[in-house]
Amino acid sequence: MRKGNLFVGLGVLLLLVGSYWGLFVAPKERFMGDVQRIMYVHVPTAWNWMIAVLFSFWCAIAFLFRNNMKWDSRLEAGLEVGTVFAFLLCCQGAIWAKPTWGVWWDWDPRLTTTAVLLFACLGILALRNFVDDPVKRAIWSSVATIIASVDLPIVYFSVKWWNSLHQQQSTPQTVSSAFHLPLRLNAFGVLFLMIGFIMLRTRIAAARLERELAEPPVRIGEEAGELA
Amino acid sequence: MLAAALRKELLLQWRGRGQLMAVFVFGAAALLLFSFAIGPNSEALRMFSGGFLWLGLLLSSTLTLAESFHAEMENRALEGLLLLPASPRALYYGKAIANWLQLTILGVALVPVMVVLYDAGTTELLKLLAVILLGTAGLSAPGTLYAAMTAQLKAKQTLLPLLLFPLIVPALLASVKATSFVITGDPMGQLKSWILLLIAFDLIYWSLCGVLYGRVIED
Repeated sequence: MRKGNLFVGLGVLLLLVGSYWGLFVAPKERFMGDVQRIMYVHVPTAWNWMIAVLFSFWCAIAFLFRNNMKWDSRLEAGLEVGTVFAFLLCCQGAIWAKPTWGVWWDWDPRLTTTAVLLFACLGILALRNFVDDPVKRAIWSSVATIIASVDLPIVYFSVKWWNSLHQQQSTPQTVSSAFHLPLRLNAFGVLFLMIGFIMLRTRIAAARLERELAEPPVRIGEEAGELA
Repeated sequence: MLAAALRKELLLQWRGRGQLMAVFVFGAAALLLFSFAIGPNSEALRMFSGGFLWLGLLLSSTLTLAESFHAEMENRALEGLLLLPASPRALYYGKAIANWLQLTILGVALVPVMVVLYDAGTTELLKLLAVILLGTAGLSAPGTLYAAMTAQLKAKQTLLPLLLFPLIVPALLASVKATSFVITGDPMGQLKSWILLLIAFDLIYWSLCGVLYGRVIED
């Protein structure tokens, strides 16, 4: 069995247990009621999304210094998983915000930064689609990833100055102890799921790259000409 | 070396000055259209005038930035440039400064259009000029780098805004805020912090993009 599949299986298992716990066993939150239970997937997604973004940033830097194509495959995987997580975060956040704040969307720094990064990632993935030369594609997407990553803290602080309403970040310290277990289980569940996805996606990217970089088949006529 | 690169860019721009005129008309038309989105409410128009100015400038900038690599793409001129004993950094800064200048001219030219259409007059012209200079610098640094990539591709018209728009959110936000404070007054003294944010954004991207440009155009 591949290590990637193992991680995905472990992640799904943990998520099932953690979500069951969060939905049926953990007590109801006093002010927000059942809506709060979305925290058990939202917060783990947010944490792991940040890990995926940092991973992509790291891959981009590593590629520019090492010029090794394996970092390009990893970058592609990290970017795609990061994009999916950013999209999930925006959706989960909107579902939570509607009953709690009364609006689907709010121009809060974290929300806006996630949305900006989602679009930045989509842009880089679109760029990758349009570049045929694998080496150019790797360099350009690494450059674009570094530029977009550097932008994230600036976006965060500029939007924070601009407007703020989001509630305090949830960490085990700010959450009452009854909520800890499902939050932790799901955090590791999403982490393993993410690691598994990145590993599997890296394999696909590497296989595609290998096919692209493979020498074009030599035609029989040319070979005969060389021999003669 | 930088002077030679800059001279080349400015000469090219001067010879193609008709293009800047066309982009200006495009930007002015965009400003006219924005007012239809709001309706003939002079109070609201004045309030949002800073935002409209920068949106118009941003939309126009994708045209000028994409066009700025037109000459390099013809007859593989970029490869010829790379053969010269000039550093890629000098080529980048020459291009970026020329683009910055062009966007500043465009921004300054759009101000009277904004004043007339939205009744957004101000006497603090020097402050407005400073905001435009800093904001267009923020557009030009990453814009020039991305234009160098996308100019070599088929879908350049789509990809450049797709890559550039999410990136310049902080610069856009700060420029709009600062412009609004210049136009509608700044009782709380917030202008300075937005100017500082713009300066920080500019410094970061003018240095980072200069470092990365060499990798983008290498073959």
